[in-house]
Amino acid sequence: MSMRIELSSLNVYYGSFLAVEDINMVIEPNSITAFIGPSGCGKSTLIRTLNRMHEVIPGAYVKGKLTMNGEDIYSPSVDPVKVRRQVGMVFQRPNPFPTMTIKENVLSGYRLNNNKMSKSDADALAEKALKGANLWNEVKDRLDRPGSSLSGGQQQRLCIARAIAVEPEVILMDEPTSALDPISTAAIEDLAIELKEKFTVVIVTHNMQQASRISDMTAFFTIADTGLPGKLIEYDRTDNIFSNPKEKQTEDYVSGRFG
Amino acid sequence: MTTASVTQDFQGTRSLPKWLAPTLLAVAILASFSINSALASSNPEVTQLNLFAVALVAVVTYSVGFYLASRIIEGKRKSADRLVTILVTGAFSLAVVPLISLAWTVVERGAARFDMEFFTFSMRNVVGAGGGAYHAIIGTLQITGLATLISVPIGIMTAIYLVEYGRGALARAVTFFVDVMTGIPSIVAGLFAYAAFVVVFGPGVRMGIGGAIALSVLMIPVVIRATEEMLKIVPNELREASYALGVPKWLTVTKVVLPTALAGIATGVMIAIARIIGETAPLLIIAGFTASTNFNPFDERMMTLPVFVYTSYANQGADAQTYIDRAWTGALVLMLIVMILNIIARLVSKYFSPKG
Amino acid sequence: MSSQAPVVKRRIGDLVFSNLALGSGITILVILAAVAIFLFAESVPAFLSEQDAAPDGFFAYVAPFLFGTVLASIIALLIATPLAIGIALYISHFAPRRASQILGYSIDLLAAIPSVVYGLWGMLVLAPFLNPSYLWLNENFGWIPFFEGPVSATGRTMMTVGIVLAIMILPIMAALIREIFLQTPRLHEEAALALGATRWEVIKMAVLPFGKAGIISSAMLGLGRALGETMAVALVLSGSGVITFALLTSTNPNTIAANIALQFPESSGTYTSLLIATGLVLFAITMAINMLARWVISRRSEFSGAN
Repeated sequence: MSMRIELSSLNVYYGSFLAVEDINMVIEPNSITAFIGPSGCGKSTLIRTLNRMHEVIPGAYVKGKLTMNGEDIYSPSVDPVKVRRQVGMVFQRPNPFPTMTIKENVLSGYRLNNNKMSKSDADALAEKALKGANLWNEVKDRLDRPGSSLSGGQQQRLCIARAIAVEPEVILMDEPTSALDPISTAAIEDLAIELKEKFTVVIVTHNMQQASRISDMTAFFTIADTGLPGKLIEYDRTDNIFSNPKEKQTEDYVSGRFG
Repeated sequence: MTTASVTQDFQGTRSLPKWLAPTLLAVAILASFSINSALASSNPEVTQLNLFAVALVAVVTYSVGFYLASRIIEGKRKSADRLVTILVTGAFSLAVVPLISLAWTVVERGAARFDMEFFTFSMRNVVGAGGGAYHAIIGTLQITGLATLISVPIGIMTAIYLVEYGRGALARAVTFFVDVMTGIPSIVAGLFAYAAFVVVFGPGVRMGIGGAIALSVLMIPVVIRATEEMLKIVPNELREASYALGVPKWLTVTKVVLPTALAGIATGVMIAIARIIGETAPLLIIAGFTASTNFNPFDERMMTLPVFVYTSYANQGADAQTYIDRAWTGALVLMLIVMILNIIARLVSKYFSPKG
Repeated sequence: MSSQAPVVKRRIGDLVFSNLALGSGITILVILAAVAIFLFAESVPAFLSEQDAAPDGFFAYVAPFLFGTVLASIIALLIATPLAIGIALYISHFAPRRASQILGYSIDLLAAIPSVVYGLWGMLVLAPFLNPSYLWLNENFGWIPFFEGPVSATGRTMMTVGIVLAIMILPIMAALIREIFLQTPRLHEEAALALGATRWEVIKMAVLPFGKAGIISSAMLGLGRALGETMAVALVLSGSGVITFALLTSTNPNTIAANIALQFPESSGTYTSLLIATGLVLFAITMAINMLARWVISRRSEFSGAN
């Protein structure tokens, strides 16, 4: 239940503008990989190519190869909707569906796709997902309350429960804690470490301490100047990136000299 | 600079004393009364005091007096501000007066026939007293209902097209022409419905469904604009969350975006209904006038409440006052329906909008 | 290498639904085309027929009604515009903040009243009320062509119609202008305040210039509404087909819309076509005004500071 992701010569475009240039990297299953870098370097753009969300923006597209367990998800025969069922995403601001209860939110991946499920199966799945997101104990008595009645940190864990309920292979997190307080942030970080037992996790963060705390591998991106494409500067084990970086730009960034 | 002159820099100009405004008002009203009474008694033609003139003179006298006092005491800039305050407050008050007058008139004159008979009898075989607007109310319900049935699906789907799908020249053309549609005069919509039906049914055609089509032409752009607003308010993050779960676009729109916007759309639809339910001109043209109840929108003339009000007044019979009474009661019922629709719309918006 | 986005395979549900949406959009275009075509088709007999419903030609028939339509609407606009600006200013800048919603609602209530009710009220309440004032105007200012006599005994005059129309277009204009005033960037107002301006000076310096295009556009939309108004005019005015500037007398021009409403139910044959032709003229005018209004607002939006 976890995939190996390989990017080969991946270039990401918004219309005719090249946003991210020539990415080559391999992400191992059951690991946490962090994308770090200054604002505007393309890390959010890049993570959205992993579940084909990038092309939802009109005119946006990708060139190159992106394989998961060997299969190129951008080949013409591939249905992007199916890709997104295998690759889950958690966003920067928690976005539970306001018209649904907590339980309905967790199961929305199925409900919205008109997949029928018996009540007992649905209950079991909701419980499993909520436990997996470390939210079960807090909400088990109020599953019928609206999704928006929870606190910020709880809402984000609800979104994680929603993402893992469809049993994806990969979970993408785009700055999942930047809108949360420190206690909730810590809770989500602990959760991420648990999740890597089952899934491949890729996390974008502008918080270097977070990257160093939880990730196994770290990729550092930057842009040379505004208007130029973002590039991958260095990709290595997290300890190396932070204590012994090979590139000077990486060292400047992690030691706080810029960005 | 000594401290005395520094504090003097911040001192405001002298201000108008508090007793000035009410005193001035009283003086103005008294003066207006006296002047108008003097003019009235010296003019043999005038029989009673024109209240409108009294009020007008009083207000003008007060305003001028107040402005002058302010100009002298407070200075030029502050007095300009005061004058503008008087003017805009006056403008607002002026606008409220017809509202109150209208409400009062309709209630007062409409009460006469606000009885059970009015709601249960049509005008069939009625000449003079008695009778009611039953046929008109039934007709309005049918025609408005049909118009809603036609307008809401087209309106919502077009709004979905404009917000969720439309790009490029076609979308720009559609949004431009929706704007054009909002400006169609209601009588032109009625003429269009007539012209279209004449082609199929020949001259002199009158049909309930024609009225529904004319009203749809007026209602569709309102529904489109309201729905567009509501769809645009749905945060894009919800759409993204749905796509990220592997939900295709059409299911995202129908099962996430629309339900989130539903309360607002319902409100918009109700306000659109309230708007067209009082339209008279198109129904006069294509739905026609009859004294009997008609339950078939595809067969012959159908009476509607606004047309009932108009014709009751315009085509009075022998006992004129009974016709006038019925007209006013019809007007009262019409206004009550519009008010109720507006209130329900606001309640729906308040209680059914998704929180958070 | 092309910069074209690759084509993605479409799902059936998406295909059906997106085409449904597209179809609705096209329906709008079809409806408008139908309106133009049918109106045109049905008015043609009026021009072609030998026994003219309009003995002096179409233009001679419609000209007085066109005059009446424009006259009534201009009066309405002249009265409504300053009032609408005043009301909008009052609600946005002068009234207590907490009351502004309620105050806005009360003006919006004016818009909820059906036109036929305005007609009844205008004819039976407003006209008699204004009559003494008309007499006074005629006595003291009768040398101005607008106020020349003989003054109508009932008060059902062009002036009354103008006032009723003004009340009818007031709420929508006030609401639009209020929105525009509320959108004045806080920054501009604060800049003026920081210069030591009074409230009126802030409005003069920051709010009104910003809102100029919007006020013009709202005025044109109000004009468009007034041009098309039927029932209020039909009830208040007992119009004949004259052309006159006298606003206080009992011989008044009629408007296109009111004329159609009065004549249509009993008309037949080429006369019906003639009326429809006048309706087409009305449609063309209101459309032109509306398009002009939208154009004004779109042209100025780059300079409005809202960006």
